[in-house]
Amino acid sequence: MAGGKAERHGDHVSWFRQPGVLAALPVSLFLLVGFAGPLLMVIGYSFMPPRTFSLDQAPTLANYVSVVTDSYYLSFVWSLWLAVVTVVLLFLICYPIAYGMAKLFGRWANLVTAAVAIPILISENIRLFGWVLILLKNGIFDGTMQTLFGVSVSGLLYTVPAIIFGLVYVYLPFMLFPLVIGITMIPDALKEAASDLGASRWQIFREVELPLAMPGIMIGGILTFILVLGSLAESKILGGQVIVMISDDIESAFTFAQNWPKGSVLSVLLLALSGLIVFVLFRRIDLDRIIGRR
Amino acid sequence: MELSASQRLTRTIIVIWTCVVIFFLYVPMAAIILASFSKQRYFRFPISTWTTEWYTKTLESLSVRDLLWTSLSVALLVTLFSVLLAFFGALAFARYEWKGRKLYQRLVLLPIFFPQAVLGLALLLWFSAIGVTTSWQTAVFAHMIWIVPIVVLIMSIQVYSFDPALEEAAFDLGASRWQVLREITLPILSPGIISGGIFAFLLSWGNFPLSLFSTGADQTVPEWLYAKMVSGYTPQVPTLGSLTMSGATVFLIVVYIAWLALTARSRRMRGRAAAE
Repeated sequence: MAGGKAERHGDHVSWFRQPGVLAALPVSLFLLVGFAGPLLMVIGYSFMPPRTFSLDQAPTLANYVSVVTDSYYLSFVWSLWLAVVTVVLLFLICYPIAYGMAKLFGRWANLVTAAVAIPILISENIRLFGWVLILLKNGIFDGTMQTLFGVSVSGLLYTVPAIIFGLVYVYLPFMLFPLVIGITMIPDALKEAASDLGASRWQIFREVELPLAMPGIMIGGILTFILVLGSLAESKILGGQVIVMISDDIESAFTFAQNWPKGSVLSVLLLALSGLIVFVLFRRIDLDRIIGRR
Repeated sequence: MELSASQRLTRTIIVIWTCVVIFFLYVPMAAIILASFSKQRYFRFPISTWTTEWYTKTLESLSVRDLLWTSLSVALLVTLFSVLLAFFGALAFARYEWKGRKLYQRLVLLPIFFPQAVLGLALLLWFSAIGVTTSWQTAVFAHMIWIVPIVVLIMSIQVYSFDPALEEAAFDLGASRWQVLREITLPILSPGIISGGIFAFLLSWGNFPLSLFSTGADQTVPEWLYAKMVSGYTPQVPTLGSLTMSGATVFLIVVYIAWLALTARSRRMRGRAAAE
């Protein structure tokens, strides 16, 4: 910059002239209008009296109280419980595969990546419907068992395990890929050193692999946890009416019940919970290092 | 490195486990294709009579054509706008150093972590508050809130490996800003732009939770499928499901072949340049 005059003008002007700031502007404005705006409005509605459709009433906490008194917290408990179970199962299922992709498969790892990624691109509804056809009474699994063994297994669909199965199925890639990134970050030399020093396999896993792969594990775990918390289709398509998850409650509050403030309160609570978890994650993780591998 | 017997066993187990899980990923697709060829109105297995009549019926149906057209229009517009916005978004994410970048990175990724159904409902409230009637055009906007951040993320991976010195060299040689963008930045980042575009298209094409609340009177394919699934079985569900799956597969294959051709061409050109 020529001369001290422009600099003394304040950091403000020069900050806005930086190419990075200019490049960030379109997306930031877009998300301000399309994301921050609606979010603030939902927060606003959560303080409006029940069954009102405008934001100019006197603020009240009635909706927050009714979440507890009208036992809406039950769907929260179900969602949280299913999220915990799903994340644990996903970790156990994906860890060996991720380990294979990062350390064993070599060139084949790309093929596995493609094989796992392609189903994401097909609508979740369609894939879940495939499982309905399989698990249905007289469906593919039941029909096969009847023809081959004469045994009927008809009570599989519309159960809690069916929902968990669907959740594990749909969100598997979102656990697997972060785990692969995490495990790739473990230097082989470190494991060999531990092994030379007499560490057992389990010790190596617990003391070397797990801590070093932790950023990947945390991203995968938290991403899938939040996705399950907000999921809607799995419990509706595979679970029928057996349980109500939180997104279900939110949807019916906004649509059938026409109670926007109630729906807003549940949304705010769900978002606060997810937001808190993401916030904790982002504080502990350097995105440049994980995405850019710098 | 010599593998011990137990290491070889672990390896075999991991390979088998991976194959089993991948098999499970594709089982429901196979189930849908099977069901689409069954003649019965209500699905029963084993299938007694086979038919392709549901395909002719589905393809002839005008409402299905409307659905496909709506889904396609939404997905194409989402792809176009997302790629445009995310290109600059990714440069700000990974290319430039600026004060506030770390905060920007986190804020831009936030919508990805957001429950989509809640985002869709919040947008519904938002549209009604600012007096916009929902239709497939508002669905384009809604999809973009979720898809733009994903495309930013995908493109950023490419941008991280981009060497800024190339741009600076071009500037030093007297190129204008526009020339640098067209001759240097865009060609080098094109793989990231293309994969971002593919993701944008397919994620929009298959999206359900955002469409559900933002399309108003219009309907996309996933919405229609969901409505039919919940209200009762009709053979058109697996048929349209199979059709959209094959559509996505054809799309991926075409893109893959185009990509192979492009890389082969650039390799040839580079080879020629090296020979001269």
